[in-house]
Amino acid sequence: MNFTMRRWLMLSPPLAVIGVLFAGGLALAAAQSLGYFAPTGENALTLRHYVSLGADHEIYASLWLTLKLATAATVISAVAGLALALGLREVARRSRTINLLLQIPLSVPHLAMAGALGAVIAPSGLLARGAYAFGFIQQPADFPALINDRYGVGIVLSYILKEAPFIALMTLALLARLGDEYEQAARTLGASAWQRFRHVTLPLAAPAVVSSSLMVFAFIFGAFEVPFILGRPFPAMLSVTAQQRYLDVNLALRPGAIALAVVSALLTAVLTWAYLRLTRALIGLERPFIL
Amino acid sequence: MKKPTLIKVAEALAVIAAIGLAATPLALLTVRSLAQSWYWPRLAPPAWSLRAWRYVFSPTAEVLPSLATSLSVALVVTLLAVIVALPASRVLAWEEFRGKRAVLFALLLPVLTPPLAATMGVHSLFLRYGLSDTWVGVALSHLIATVPYATLMLTGSFSRLDPDYEAQARTLGAKTIDVWRSVTFPAIAPGLAVAASFAFLISWSQYLTTLLIGGARIVTLPLTLVAFQRGGDEAIAAALSLVFLAPTAAVAFSVARFLKESR
Repeated sequence: MNFTMRRWLMLSPPLAVIGVLFAGGLALAAAQSLGYFAPTGENALTLRHYVSLGADHEIYASLWLTLKLATAATVISAVAGLALALGLREVARRSRTINLLLQIPLSVPHLAMAGALGAVIAPSGLLARGAYAFGFIQQPADFPALINDRYGVGIVLSYILKEAPFIALMTLALLARLGDEYEQAARTLGASAWQRFRHVTLPLAAPAVVSSSLMVFAFIFGAFEVPFILGRPFPAMLSVTAQQRYLDVNLALRPGAIALAVVSALLTAVLTWAYLRLTRALIGLERPFIL
Repeated sequence: MKKPTLIKVAEALAVIAAIGLAATPLALLTVRSLAQSWYWPRLAPPAWSLRAWRYVFSPTAEVLPSLATSLSVALVVTLLAVIVALPASRVLAWEEFRGKRAVLFALLLPVLTPPLAATMGVHSLFLRYGLSDTWVGVALSHLIATVPYATLMLTGSFSRLDPDYEAQARTLGAKTIDVWRSVTFPAIAPGLAVAASFAFLISWSQYLTTLLIGGARIVTLPLTLVAFQRGGDEAIAAALSLVFLAPTAAVAFSVARFLKESR
């Protein structure tokens, strides 16, 4: 057998999975949202499902909420993750327990984390009970809404608890691999602590922070469980809105729901690209992926 | 050199934060699963009970079957993902060829884009071929998320191994199977363990994909958990959360230990 053929034969199993289930699934979804939806007898090319998304106030509210929450959670997680990594760097060099410790929040599933967080910040949760014990509030209703709230506080907090340790772990791994010779050299050359951080440590850590926060943003933008548990039904994050409409008893809503999911996938691609361009412009990072 | 106090304080805070992030959710869920009539405004549970745990493991409740479904799906998906990923990741790590960047890009796409749109398309495909609402359909749908991850992670482990070792073993007269068993496999075993555990965890924690493809007919543990979270039985929801995270924590720990030993 010739060499090229053997190579592509070995590559074909994962490519088949991606081709049939991912690309094929996307293509079928696109077709259904473009007017080829058999269950309701739709069988002609039309953009009307996309047009009606554009005229739907709920969609704008949902899109805005998704962008806001995903950005807030990503930025805070990135800053907190970087701070954690820098603070733990010395300790992690001496003991490997730190890595194990950071693995724990990472391995708590989102649904469980959302449930545990709810026990603390819900109107009748531990925080509210503490506030009652100190006489700040008289009843659960007096406590500010932190779950199922307008601002999505619970959703953002839940993601920070999971994603900051993730970004910290990725950054720690990169810093450990690089060692501290560059910082030692800067110190020998007389750089101050701030100069060493700004011009040596930060650029060294940047690829890990950028690539892991990019994964975090893309994940949160399309995520479902946390907003489903801790968010409001209206306006909901994009995936929740799409799921509500997809599973509605009225099948006529389904092509619109699929159109929404397609838009969300396209937006993720565009935003990912924009993020890469932005980081390249800001910190001159050519290849943030540690692959 | 002596460290400034400010840095010492910052390091201590970081350690406290790491311990808090790890311990708080686990402690909270444990207390909640054992608490009885823990109503407003009590700060501590007035009484303890094993009711939630008895329910979770009772043979008549729906928890054990959903646990079995979750386990069987995740184990089969892990096995399939690794088998599918192994030969390809070897090629991707060791060979330069035209189209390699395109293949890597194709592998990254499902990792980076939200799975919902593709899942909806797959759902319509499975509806047509009788795979929706079935165990097989759910397992197949979990491959979308697991195969790219497993392939990319295994590519990483192969690329840290010098392909010349295999060539040397072969020059010394080793058969293909022996080369694999005594050279390649031991070298990539840690990476294989990590990739397999990731695949397991991804499949184990799928919610929306299982809900759509399984049509609430194939009930995995996360589906049962959400039912109790939304149904309002906090103790059972907490106990289920702990059952749900037990394998993920176990896998994370054993991988970490394994990596440490193989260093």
